[in-house]
Amino acid sequence: MTTAAITPQKSTPHQAEPQQPRRQEQFGFGDLPRLMSLMTGAEKHTAAATSTLDAIWVLYDRVLRVAPETFRDQGRDRFLLSKGHGPMAYYAVLAAKGFLPPDLLPGFGSYDSPLGHHPDRLLVPGAEIGSGSLGHGLPLAVGTALGLRAQGLADPAVWVLIGDAEFDEGSNHEAIAFAGSYGLDRLHVVAIDNSSATHGWRGGIAARFEAEGWSTATVDGRDHEALHAAYTAPHPGRPHAVVARVEPKNA
Amino acid sequence: MDTMRDRFFATTADLLDHDPRIAVVLADISAAAFAPTAERHPDRVINVGIREQLLIGAAGGLALTGMRPIAHTFASFLVERPFEQVKLDLGHQGVGAVLVSASGSYDWPAGGRTHMAPGDIALLDTLPGWTVHVPGHPDEAETLLRHAAADGDNKVYVRLSNHSNADAQPVAPGRFVTVRQGTRGVVLAVGPMLDAVLAATEGLDVTVLYAATVRPFDAAGLRAAVGEKADVVLVEPYLVGTSNNEAHDALADLPHRVLGLGVPREEHRHYGSIDEHLAAYGLDAPGLRGRITGYLR
Repeated sequence: MTTAAITPQKSTPHQAEPQQPRRQEQFGFGDLPRLMSLMTGAEKHTAAATSTLDAIWVLYDRVLRVAPETFRDQGRDRFLLSKGHGPMAYYAVLAAKGFLPPDLLPGFGSYDSPLGHHPDRLLVPGAEIGSGSLGHGLPLAVGTALGLRAQGLADPAVWVLIGDAEFDEGSNHEAIAFAGSYGLDRLHVVAIDNSSATHGWRGGIAARFEAEGWSTATVDGRDHEALHAAYTAPHPGRPHAVVARVEPKNA
Repeated sequence: MDTMRDRFFATTADLLDHDPRIAVVLADISAAAFAPTAERHPDRVINVGIREQLLIGAAGGLALTGMRPIAHTFASFLVERPFEQVKLDLGHQGVGAVLVSASGSYDWPAGGRTHMAPGDIALLDTLPGWTVHVPGHPDEAETLLRHAAADGDNKVYVRLSNHSNADAQPVAPGRFVTVRQGTRGVVLAVGPMLDAVLAATEGLDVTVLYAATVRPFDAAGLRAAVGEKADVVLVEPYLVGTSNNEAHDALADLPHRVLGLGVPREEHRHYGSIDEHLAAYGLDAPGLRGRITGYLR
């Protein structure tokens, strides 16, 4: 595919262009720690720093129908990183999949780098939203799914990643109740649960989605096959939430 | 005469019929009025319920897909309650929307403070790039709504009111209208304030400018209107002083004075009617005349 096939999106004239794909290197999951090290300077990373790594990798590697060459296509799948804190895993996956060149990673957080400690969609090639303040991604994803539906695009999936502590924000619950009632079935959530919410979620996170009519699955957030199965489970007429449980942040 | 809000319903229904980019997002307020339109455009008239964070977040998401969202509720719940969504889900994402408010300052005095948002435009002034329309008549509201809907992906706030002037002015975004010319100073009336300003300045040798768009502020228009005396009075139907800095900036190259009149910052714990509140704020014709003549001596 050539860039000529990419339709510029009218609403985003200033959005950062994905770099031309650099596919001389093919990265696998095993390369991600090295890519993260370019940002952190550390050889090993804490469970908290990698809490989203497997979930994002499996999405980009096996589920999302989006690539650097198709990032401007209106029919692409969309991934919205709502939990913008600790974006190294996200940047590593974007680099591994050719959205941004790995040589940007060492500049992480520096003045001229496009890679901040929270992503900015106008700066980060491949990022669908800017995030950092918690609780914004899910409402934006609801609007994105509504916008695609209104344009007759029934195929593209909208995915949003949230965290269990981020789930405290009431804006999530506004979105969940509405999306369930509305039957917004192209909307998908992956909730990374590393038991970091101060007051916890008695009865589990999935129960909040189920009560509002969502399809849900709760899986081991390090098990790629389980994640893939949960991501691809059919959910006709209903939005779908996957709770990916990983090691407790403070364990 | 229909109200500005009535005209908003009719105009938006027409926009939906003719522009596939337009989508309306509601948070229960005005949902009944939009019901017939929603039947024709079920995927583009969306009522999220009483959820104002989602109202703005969903508008941002719609814009991310290339739509032109129009989000509407009372000003208190459109600008103040979800202000961070206005900042981040629109501005920071680099997308636009049309926010259409009702009941901005004093439209429902019996409703009390919870339904008053005189500081809405001052709040938007803390963010870059917002166009702000304050129509003073339903015809102006329609003109400005149509302009806003077609205004690319810009961020536009349209502040509708039950308070309006008897006649429409020939408004065009970006420039003030000269209604009356004089030599002893300039009185800038914003939106619904025009009729009271005209009555208050009857027989006075002053220029009366009219603004239905206050952001961007027509600095060149104000600069051109001041003559020998650069004395300016701003009469705004929202928080007093909201546009003072704009006027000072417009006149920065010459000695000048600016008096801002508007809705006081202090809570006014009375109910009653619009007229009673305007009188209490000193924004009725007698109150304005006293303050204007006292200033432009």
